[in-house]
Amino acid sequence: MSVEIKTNSVSTIRNTYSHIKRRFGDKPATRYQEASYDIEATENFHYKPLWDPQRSLNDASRTSIKMKDWYQISDPRQFYYGAYVGNRAKMQESAETSYKFCEKRDLISSLEESIQLKILKYLVPFRHLNLSANMNNSMIAGDSIATTVAQAHIYQSMDHLGMGQYLSRIALMIDGNTGAALNTSKTFWMDDPMWQPMRKLAEDSMVVQDWFELSLLQNLLIDKALFSFVYEAMDEWFGTLGAKDISMLTEFMRDWNKDTTRWILAVVKTAVAESDDNKEKLQAWVNLWEPQVFAALAPIAQETVGKEALPKIQNELAALLKKTGLQSTGAAL
Amino acid sequence: MTATKKLNLKQKYQYLTRDMDWEPSYQKKSDIFPQEDFEGIKIVDWDGWEDPFRLTMDAYWKYQAEKEKKLYAIFDAFAQNNGHQNISDGRYVNSLKLFLSGVSPLEYAAFQGYAKVGRQFSGAGARVACQMQAIDELRHSQTQQHAMSHYNKHFNGLHDAPLMHDRVWFLSVPKSFFDDARSAGPFEFLTAISFSFEYVLTNLLFVPFMSGAAYNGDMATVTFGFSAQSDEARHMTLGLEIIKFLLEQHEDNVPIVQKWIDKWFWRGFRLLSLVSMMMDYMLPNKVMSWQEAWEVYYEQSGGALFKDLERYGIRPPKYQDVANAAKEHISHQLWSTFYQYGQATNFHTWIPKKEELDWLAEKYPNSFDKYYRPRFEHWDALQKKGERFYNPTLPQLCQVCQVPVLFTETDDPTAFSHRDTVYKEERYHFCSEACCEIFDNEPEKYIQAWLPVHQIYQGNCGGPDLPSVLSDYYHFNLGEDNLDFSGSPDEKRWNEIKGIKPLDKDDVA
Repeated sequence: MSVEIKTNSVSTIRNTYSHIKRRFGDKPATRYQEASYDIEATENFHYKPLWDPQRSLNDASRTSIKMKDWYQISDPRQFYYGAYVGNRAKMQESAETSYKFCEKRDLISSLEESIQLKILKYLVPFRHLNLSANMNNSMIAGDSIATTVAQAHIYQSMDHLGMGQYLSRIALMIDGNTGAALNTSKTFWMDDPMWQPMRKLAEDSMVVQDWFELSLLQNLLIDKALFSFVYEAMDEWFGTLGAKDISMLTEFMRDWNKDTTRWILAVVKTAVAESDDNKEKLQAWVNLWEPQVFAALAPIAQETVGKEALPKIQNELAALLKKTGLQSTGAAL
Repeated sequence: MTATKKLNLKQKYQYLTRDMDWEPSYQKKSDIFPQEDFEGIKIVDWDGWEDPFRLTMDAYWKYQAEKEKKLYAIFDAFAQNNGHQNISDGRYVNSLKLFLSGVSPLEYAAFQGYAKVGRQFSGAGARVACQMQAIDELRHSQTQQHAMSHYNKHFNGLHDAPLMHDRVWFLSVPKSFFDDARSAGPFEFLTAISFSFEYVLTNLLFVPFMSGAAYNGDMATVTFGFSAQSDEARHMTLGLEIIKFLLEQHEDNVPIVQKWIDKWFWRGFRLLSLVSMMMDYMLPNKVMSWQEAWEVYYEQSGGALFKDLERYGIRPPKYQDVANAAKEHISHQLWSTFYQYGQATNFHTWIPKKEELDWLAEKYPNSFDKYYRPRFEHWDALQKKGERFYNPTLPQLCQVCQVPVLFTETDDPTAFSHRDTVYKEERYHFCSEACCEIFDNEPEKYIQAWLPVHQIYQGNCGGPDLPSVLSDYYHFNLGEDNLDFSGSPDEKRWNEIKGIKPLDKDDVA
């Protein structure tokens, strides 16, 4: 039996804001809709930017991808700020449990020194890629216009900062909070020849001007290849070395990768479907960047999981690209 | 691993943020960070950056999620229980109309601005601080949409705020303020917004609206205010850190920063004139007078702050004395202006009730009875005769702040402080010496301004006559969103809620 409390319902004069009504009709709107559609400034900007006098503020031409309506792109996760932090708070809570557990049980600090060194050489330096991803996504959040697009990129940016911090904490667990292991790890990133193609890729990404090209490169090509390489293939490899426990500390990244795949596929797919022009441009960017991503992964794979692991990763990426209407170059095959 | 000393909190946080960064060798640093030089600011060493707060992402997610959960529980309860019926008076909602169309869009512009500078600085510590502010500002813009959502369903004037922000004449005051900051370089942006706005003047923007909500029974808005308080505390520390950092980095930065402080103090002060009117006139239950607020939050707090900055060679903002003297006048001057242009606003105006006029006289003993009460008595008499005064002629706007040229000389409140100048054979007009000086420093910027009144006359606003501008271009529902509060649908609905019978005309005020 259910109990229903009678409430005093008061008639309204409208159901939602006019800009929401114009898009979705005159009915009560969701929180995501009221937070994410048409809340940015779109016209009558007063001054040209001193840093880009050719264009105005909130200028759609900061990418060569064209959309009649950028709000065609939305987030299947329906993340507005509150939903985003709520979701991530849950994820960090379980990560925290794992980090505490590993610390308390000395699961990482008791590993053999040679294995710890492998963690510092092959896993922890990926935090530097989190940093370039953080910067790239912050740029996109500032350059893209529709709120549905911009907000998802600032979430992406902060997520990468968070994941870089988790990787850093693995090193701090190893060195007992002195920073020595982070220094060691960073030396590999800066000086070890194996890392240099990857570091070059990261630096090259930071000078990409077109924000959509950058999102495709960062959030689809780099992230999807890298995350399945590091957090699936390499994760297994660490297991075979006796460092299975490291998996507990990277669960966040696997969950995150699943969560963001849905979103970035929706972004790219919508732009591809808009026009042949868009599709051609996006395909050209895939052709340009995909081989570089796999070339950067190759030397790391060579020293760890073996190059034979790359075709599988490449096939997975190809399947994702296919879902968006684009084609993989088959770079690693 | 060779064990060295354990990291203290500060070092640990630096390892978790800026140590992720590295010196590039495959791309030139100036190509990765192309916007750091053109403003003339010299950064000797980004390592000198002191983190204004130390919040790792896991902690950020955790604390922010807790705040959001509580906030939305209250929004839900507010809507379910029709909390809009518990406000002090229907007139109060007009301050929310001003807030949603004037302030909330600035939160979004701040998100965009901080996301951009969160990429542009080559110091990773500063980038992370700016990115966290960016996402906080996104939060503010979105929670404000949600806080106002219920009011929008029950009152007029809140329904199309972002569009109005881009188009409506008085909303180019806040819009051009933030466009100015965002079109500037990254260091000026931070000086303008983090320091001048979020640090020096924040208590004169945020506090009046939020305390106003508290005093007037508006649970949704005040809950947002409480929830945003700890965000604002972080934003203030960033504001202070950036200014100290710039001043400590190089002595050549001092005059540049001083010029920005002068400019942004004045632009901020002009923007706040809208708030002064809100505090003194739009809140049925008063919190404090604008004059008191200015004395506490600017003259005292600002005074102490600039005393502290003296050691860097910084003096208080130029024209601060003009602003201090204007505290006795601006709210009355603004309300008078909006009263007579009430046909062209998305909120209502009205003649204050007798006890409100008395409160104003008590709070403004030097100015109110002498200069302003007679205006309201005059207009009230007209209104009672059925001749409510609307000014049919559009006002002259200041080329910089875009407020109508309504402000007066410091030594003569009956004379407009109008100034003008000629640049490249064109004449430009200003509300004050200070706005004129801001123009003279960057004329190429300000000649681009999209001045609403001029645009109407140029035929760029949807119609040849004012009513079509108002309905077609501004999206006002004429007779609902605009005009006097008395006789408005808002008033009618409010009276129905409260069971108040309409008064006879003779009983008004």
